[in-house]
Amino acid sequence: MAQIFHPSTNTISRVSLFSVLFLIALLLWLLAEFQRSSYITEANVEREQPVQFSHKHHVADDGIDCRYCHTSVETSAFAGIPPTKTCMNCHSQIFRDSPYLEPVRESFRTGKPVEWTRVHQLADFVYFDHSIHVNKGVGCATCHGRVDEMPLIRQVASLQMEWCLDCHREPELYLRPHDQVFDMAWQPPSDQLEQGSRLAKLYKIRSVEELTSCSTCHR
Amino acid sequence: MGAEGPRLPTAAERRRPPVIGPGHTFATVTDKISTIVLTRPTTPGWLAGFLVSFSLMMLLFYAIGYLLLEGVGVWGINIPVGWGFAIVNFVWWIGIGHAGTLISAILLLLNQKWRTSINRFAEAMTLFAVASAGLFPLLHLGRPGLFYWLLPYPSTMGVWPQFRSPLVWDVFAVSTYFTVSLLFWFVGLIPDLATLRDRAETRAARILYGILAMGWRGSAMHWHRYQTAYLLLAGLAAPLVVSVHTVVSLDFAVGIIPGWHSTIFPPYFVAGAIYSGFAMVLTLAIPLRAAYGLEDFITMRHLENMAKVMLATGLIVAYGYAMELFMAWYSGNTYEGFTAWNRIVGPYWPAYWALILCNVVIPQLLWFKRVRTKVPVLFVLSLTVNLGMWLERFVIVVTSLHRDFLPSSWGMYTATRWDWAVFVGSMGLFLTLLFLFIRFLPMISIFEMRELVSETEAGSSD
Repeated sequence: MAQIFHPSTNTISRVSLFSVLFLIALLLWLLAEFQRSSYITEANVEREQPVQFSHKHHVADDGIDCRYCHTSVETSAFAGIPPTKTCMNCHSQIFRDSPYLEPVRESFRTGKPVEWTRVHQLADFVYFDHSIHVNKGVGCATCHGRVDEMPLIRQVASLQMEWCLDCHREPELYLRPHDQVFDMAWQPPSDQLEQGSRLAKLYKIRSVEELTSCSTCHR
Repeated sequence: MGAEGPRLPTAAERRRPPVIGPGHTFATVTDKISTIVLTRPTTPGWLAGFLVSFSLMMLLFYAIGYLLLEGVGVWGINIPVGWGFAIVNFVWWIGIGHAGTLISAILLLLNQKWRTSINRFAEAMTLFAVASAGLFPLLHLGRPGLFYWLLPYPSTMGVWPQFRSPLVWDVFAVSTYFTVSLLFWFVGLIPDLATLRDRAETRAARILYGILAMGWRGSAMHWHRYQTAYLLLAGLAAPLVVSVHTVVSLDFAVGIIPGWHSTIFPPYFVAGAIYSGFAMVLTLAIPLRAAYGLEDFITMRHLENMAKVMLATGLIVAYGYAMELFMAWYSGNTYEGFTAWNRIVGPYWPAYWALILCNVVIPQLLWFKRVRTKVPVLFVLSLTVNLGMWLERFVIVVTSLHRDFLPSSWGMYTATRWDWAVFVGSMGLFLTLLFLFIRFLPMISIFEMRELVSETEAGSSD
């Protein structure tokens, strides 16, 4: 009886036996990477807004504090989107006739708020509060990145749970003094671990067990 | 252990029935088993059986589709009985698988020659039973699409599964069990696949069996390595006989529900698993040997031995039932006492008494050699035990849950037709796979039977 298989089948079968392991590993790795890509997380995706508003211009060039517009960031869960009147505080005086600002003026005339496109969207099953983070020494830039360098605002973090836990598990790596929270250019000192631990104690940050308990964020 | 009578038994009487019928040679063994797969035409009986099983499998798929569309609310489960048929069926199917592993691994390591003619299809039964079992926990999840959350992988959530939960241990136990059983079964098949490759008549069959035989040529080196690998796998599989159902029992025993929270659960579940498994092997072996004329290979010796294993494990299970009742009384715990009493006289009393009848009372007939050697009676007994073991899981799951600590949260569980459809459908899946197996693969190990022939010829009586 003739051979069913060509002798080269030996090599093919040996190679395929080993390579199948690598293929599976590769597939799993690709899946894991895909899950963290900006296609899924929407990080670093700049969005079209109704007004061509530049954070870079207002923060870096004009030196306006975050809290001038995001007024409730220290006291409530939501940092706050400014009403049109906040814009008009300045823009009734400067760039009064700029065509770029027509949607703002129209909103002011009609009383209909500007419909901004939301950039940072957390899942509804996550309980998140801006005030507790700001008051315990977590800087704006720690989560939102260098907003003073963004002409168009974008999300820099993945906002995935593992990202939240990075800090909840080791808050001392990220904490800064109260008076530096709104400083965009703050850099961790060389002894951050020491300073952070000191601040954690000073600000009475809860234990890691409490910070990582399910119901801290999922209530 | 021959029958001791008033007169001395003759040598012929003292000899146990053989493990292989007389007059067989290498060639007849090979012919007899391989022709079932290769040359014999598909019989109408096979076709009818396959069609019935296949229709039931389609019913399963239909019921699963409806379940996925509508959610687990189509089943009868609700609070307080959140674990209905799905968990009953899961434990039942997983238990059935255990006989296959026991026969193939432990009896191999104990050098029990009689395992040879039943190990192949018992292992297949294990695989198909585990496949049927594996469906249920997944379907029972409220969101089956997220089943992979049970696996430890570097997820974007940054957390691992709760390793202290027996439900996670279950995932490991069942997936390890399936993997090892599959490997063991496949490795056992390799020399036979090579036989089929060499005897196949069509080119397609030669190629297909050839690929599966993985280049087996039967050289001395092949056999040497093969036997090492097979023994190693048997060593790996042997602890699984005990560990898998132990973990399944911990799903219950770790919970603080009265009637579940008991240390006797692991051994009692393992014995129950082997009990139901041997019952299922008998249920399958008896019609198979009749349909394919395999009485020479699956002899009375096999049926009797399996009946004895059933009797022994059945007694352990009966002891488990007795201890449950005893501890309920002896512990002085009000809730345990109530649960035990409620099982006996509560709303589900028919299930409890039917279980005692099927699992404890009727199997006592197996003490009698006349019963053990009467094939139709043995068949009915095996069905009884299968039913009894299903009822046992039903009683454990439902009666413990339906009467909680608080009378205000008491409730009743009634299975809906979708519960029944999935249960009956899972039998369809099991039988469909089994029918395909007996049609396309040798249901008895050819090469091990050949070994048996050479050993019996050499004068070894065992």
